[in-house]
Amino acid sequence: MNESLIVNLSIIILFLPLLGFVTLIFLGKWIKKLHLFEVFILGLALILSIVVMYAKLSFYNVKDIVAAFTWISMGNAPAIGSINIELGIKIDNITAIMLVVVNLISFLVHMFSIEYMRGDKRYTRYFAYLGVFTFSMLGIVLTHNFLMMYIYWELVGLSSYLLIGFWFEKKSASDAAKKAFIVNRIGDIGMFIGILILFTQYKTFTFDVIFQQIGLGNLPFNSTAWLTAAGILIFMGAVGKSAQFPLHVWLPDAMEGPTPVSALIHAATMVAAGVYLCVRIFVMLTADAMLVIAVVGAFTSLIAATIALTQNDIKKVLAYSTVSQLGYMVMSVGVGAYTFAFFHLVTHAFFKACLFLGSGSVIHAMHHEQDIRNMGGLRKKLPITYYTFLISTVAISGVPFTSGFLSKDGILAGTLAFGKLTSHWLIPAMGFLVAAMTAFYMFRLVILTFHGEPRDHHKYEHAHESPFVMVAPLVVLATLSIFIWYTPNPFAPADGWFLKNWVKTPAQVTPVQTRFEFMKPSTEEAKAEVHGEITHSVEYTETMHWAHYPAMILSLIVAGLGILIAFMFYQWKKISADKLAEKLKTLYKLSLNKWYLDEIYDATAVSGTLGFGSILAWFDNKIVDGIVNGSAHVTQLVSKFSNLFDTYVVDGFVNFTAFFSGFVGLSFRRLQTGKVQTYIIFVVFSIIILLLIFKPF
Amino acid sequence: MIGFPILSLITFLPILGMFIILALPKEQPKNVKYLTLAITAIQVVLAIILLANYNYSAAGIYDEKSFQFIEKFRWINITGISWLGTVKIDYFMGVDGLSTPMVLLTALISFIATLSSWTIEKSVKGYFALFLLLDAGMMGVFVALDFFLFYIFWELMLLPMYFLIGIWGGPRKEYAAIKFFIYTLFGSVFILLVMIGLYFSATELMQDGARVHTFNMLALMNPANYSPDGILSALNPNNLRLIAYIALFAGFAIKIPMFPFHTWLPDAHVEAPTPISVILAGVLLKMGTYGILRISYPMFPDITRQLMWYIALFGMINIIYGALVALAQKDFKKLIAYSSVSHMGYVLLGMASLTTVGINGAIFQMFNHGTITAMLFLIVGVIYDRTHTRGLNDFGGLATQMPVYTGFVTVAFFAAIGLPSMSGFVSEALVFLGAFGVELIRVLTMISTLGILLGAGYMLWTLQRIFFGPLNEKWASLKDLDGREYAMFIPLTIIIIFLGVYPSGMLNIMNTSVNSLVSFVTTTIHSTSLGGL
Amino acid sequence: MLQVGLTHFLVVSAILFSLGIYGIVTRKNAVMVLMGIELVLNSANINFVAFAKYGNYGLGGQIIALFVIILAAAEAAIALAIVLNIYKTFANVNVDEIDKLKE
Repeated sequence: MNESLIVNLSIIILFLPLLGFVTLIFLGKWIKKLHLFEVFILGLALILSIVVMYAKLSFYNVKDIVAAFTWISMGNAPAIGSINIELGIKIDNITAIMLVVVNLISFLVHMFSIEYMRGDKRYTRYFAYLGVFTFSMLGIVLTHNFLMMYIYWELVGLSSYLLIGFWFEKKSASDAAKKAFIVNRIGDIGMFIGILILFTQYKTFTFDVIFQQIGLGNLPFNSTAWLTAAGILIFMGAVGKSAQFPLHVWLPDAMEGPTPVSALIHAATMVAAGVYLCVRIFVMLTADAMLVIAVVGAFTSLIAATIALTQNDIKKVLAYSTVSQLGYMVMSVGVGAYTFAFFHLVTHAFFKACLFLGSGSVIHAMHHEQDIRNMGGLRKKLPITYYTFLISTVAISGVPFTSGFLSKDGILAGTLAFGKLTSHWLIPAMGFLVAAMTAFYMFRLVILTFHGEPRDHHKYEHAHESPFVMVAPLVVLATLSIFIWYTPNPFAPADGWFLKNWVKTPAQVTPVQTRFEFMKPSTEEAKAEVHGEITHSVEYTETMHWAHYPAMILSLIVAGLGILIAFMFYQWKKISADKLAEKLKTLYKLSLNKWYLDEIYDATAVSGTLGFGSILAWFDNKIVDGIVNGSAHVTQLVSKFSNLFDTYVVDGFVNFTAFFSGFVGLSFRRLQTGKVQTYIIFVVFSIIILLLIFKPF
Repeated sequence: MIGFPILSLITFLPILGMFIILALPKEQPKNVKYLTLAITAIQVVLAIILLANYNYSAAGIYDEKSFQFIEKFRWINITGISWLGTVKIDYFMGVDGLSTPMVLLTALISFIATLSSWTIEKSVKGYFALFLLLDAGMMGVFVALDFFLFYIFWELMLLPMYFLIGIWGGPRKEYAAIKFFIYTLFGSVFILLVMIGLYFSATELMQDGARVHTFNMLALMNPANYSPDGILSALNPNNLRLIAYIALFAGFAIKIPMFPFHTWLPDAHVEAPTPISVILAGVLLKMGTYGILRISYPMFPDITRQLMWYIALFGMINIIYGALVALAQKDFKKLIAYSSVSHMGYVLLGMASLTTVGINGAIFQMFNHGTITAMLFLIVGVIYDRTHTRGLNDFGGLATQMPVYTGFVTVAFFAAIGLPSMSGFVSEALVFLGAFGVELIRVLTMISTLGILLGAGYMLWTLQRIFFGPLNEKWASLKDLDGREYAMFIPLTIIIIFLGVYPSGMLNIMNTSVNSLVSFVTTTIHSTSLGGL
Repeated sequence: MLQVGLTHFLVVSAILFSLGIYGIVTRKNAVMVLMGIELVLNSANINFVAFAKYGNYGLGGQIIALFVIILAAAEAAIALAIVLNIYKTFANVNVDEIDKLKE
């Protein structure tokens, strides 16, 4: 298998979903069952991407495959030199794995949707939108440069907009779609400015070239501050897309979209794109940027977890859980646990997709009931859904033998090591707190939905297990939440093939003085001692080793505690949740109302902008245009005045001249007697007078 | 090269058409329409022929030899009147990378606007005659290389526009038409003054060796042609040049329209019939920026460099201010008009950068704004034709009733927002890339990026208010697009997406010229002796 | 001894001229006015001839005098014809009353 074949296959994978989109949009009206074509295409893409992943990981494990072409060429620009904007793809191990993750989940969601969306009046359109989403997401995964990243970044935003607003007849859906797009744009502006900084310095968008230049000490505007700024600004894109605080508010609202869409876009893939971006730019992050990222991630995961505790909508709980888990991944990048961030991205994609599709199955069975207070006891009616949901819940809670345990444990170990090395102990503290809360609210969800007695008997009676095309994806995804796919030893993630062979922390390229102490490269002797670890200091490697077991034990304890409390509250009813809520009324309200962030944003940013717009519109209409109209009025006034002047002064003078001439004429008229002899007398006397005056003699 | 005078043909064909229309009997409105359609279609064909024969590596700008499809002969030749001196004015046309995109745009938009004019019922003959006259004026502005000729076309297009708004417009048409006319004429006076000032400051070497005053733009660009004691001499730069530049700029800025000269635009747009709005936004606004690039920049490179920060500042104000005001509008057409103000700000910002990337972006944005905004106004026209209202809050849920229309609207709106894969993104991105690269205007550029957020805000809000939500029962009988409307939307959609995916198709046309322009403007006339600002 | 010199001629001429003017101005009959004109012309003739005799001007004066005589004859012929016609039209040759052109 040679490189060009891999490249060609990747390009085919990229454009297959687009082909599906185009076909469905233009022919969907005339050909029945065309959605199956889209599902088939995704299946094909999945198979091809497995081939690509296999080829990449087996034959080109350490070599990145890059292919690019010049998109825009501006010749030899004066004072700048040649400017060529390239587009291209880069396939490294992360890309290869992501290809499979995206295509697999997309395929499963397509399959799931065949039944879930049946009967919708825009059935074919739905699959078309899924196709364009998959295309855009694959673009993000495959890109080898920032510009293409941004392009596809916006395109996933578009598909997200279209799918959230799929049922646009509902005001809440179109509101949510608009909110998602606009909130994302805020982050995108930051990302765009970050990209502008890099382009201005390096005249290219290509990751590798930029990183190489930074490695050579060529910094944006020759300052580390700008490098930090570029890192943080690009990270803003991730803040928007991965729903990090303070831009996380769109994601819970995005649950207005169809549930399979939530599974695909707002849980597994698109929102993980932010993390993917962080992973991509990891090598150029300075210590300051990383600290910002870690704090944002940790804070997001905490705030989202606190909100998830009290939500009653099954999808809202999952949404906040997603935000929280994304915060985890971002935090993980921030503390330098690069590999675990990506690892958690992959594992989370599977179990969170499973949870969402499971919730979709429940909602489908309950005829679009989403409130968990009206559920209960569904275990017996929906056994497959229940068990797959449970497995995923166990995974997300971080119980051993699941994938979630492996990745979460790694992240927590990373934060612990980070805390020890930099004394930022708050970050690991938040991490463990969130782990406990996650276990609690996820089991609360499971217990309230599936255990106990049915609370709405009417709906319960009509509930039934979903058909094959819906449960099959659940089973596949639940299976992927088991540890065995990633490592043979369920307690040592780093020993598994995923982390040992496939995903490795790349060496930072930032100037050494801007890195964390523990991110500085080790000396030659130390390298030999720790078997070639070059990206981190020896101290870091040792600290990670030290952190491994404490983190594991601590995380087991907190997860167990969370699960236990959940059972106490909701299964065994030892403690009354309502009473506790009554006692902590303020906190409960705060959590239930999402910290009032939406209200605050509405009151400040949104109405501020709209108000300012109105003020400016008034200004425009009254002042700017007023000046224009005013000058017209002034001109009219002046013209009236000059009209008077004209009538009475200028024309008056003219008339006076005429009058005067007339007067003079009338006076002299008398001299004209018409008598020749009078004239001759005049002549003679005139001559005599002239002679007397001039005396010519 | 082509064997016939293509530029004269493309410019004067509409005038020929106008005379034929005037000769046609009044009882045949259909024939008048088909004739106009045929004329504009031939223009499109001619534009394509021009593009097919276009030499991508010829720069133009200040060098007559690398202009293409040149037509030049003596037009006015007055000698022997002692007190008048020798007056020689050329009929001089030619295109380069600056004007070719605009010629293409004008041909395209005229054609689309003709299709959109099909619904005109009131005195059809007069309408189409004026329409063709307008077409000729616009085309002439973009191909003229003699300042005098340029000015004639510039003024020529005012007259039909005045009547087209004033007779076929909405309720306040007289007000809007007069406002448009007076405002633009006001700007033209400045242009005329500077033109005459330049005429008396510079001379051109004739074939017989004599030096004669000239309106030839290319001659006016060359500092060596100025006499040292001319009032606007480029050899001895003085403060008068600064004043002249500002006057000239103001003249063009009214057309762009640049804040604070923009208020004629919303009124004119709201009152004008749809096809005229399309032409106004699609082509007329470009004349301002085209004039700046064609005349202000190369004739006053020293002042341009001196004032680039201010140009960028006004660009930023246009972007942000236009977007914020658009956000507050309740009239669909007014909203689009203000979005035009915002989008033309990108052009100003890109021009102010004085870099290849930025100016490429600016010209590309001119073209893209032409196609995208034309589409937006057509969209307003479609809905207005059917419902006779434009209030943003009068609609709701139209997406269910008119799915195809909604599809086109979505494309146009996202193109206006600057969604990648559509042409607007490429030009906006290039503008930002170019402008951000210049340290002087970096902060302004960063503030300007807020425009893409606000743009998304007002566009998506509009989309939601008109198309989403439950269907307003009042509109339950609306028809989706018909064949003619398809014919208007499809070419524009194809161009928008094609240029979004393959921007080089347009960028290659202008690139050589832009490089030449940038190096000319940044290196000609080294002078720091100017006082003033 | 009284020498007849230039002055005497001029005095005669002046007297003749004055009589002529007097006749032109005071007579109402057009024929009388014409006769006054003849006197004025002849006073000019005397002047011409006198200057020709006493001044060193050759024969120019006499020749002009001849011309004037011829001209006067012609003029008298035309003028009398006009007066005749006026008389035919108005049955009157009184110059004061022939003022139709004034209207």
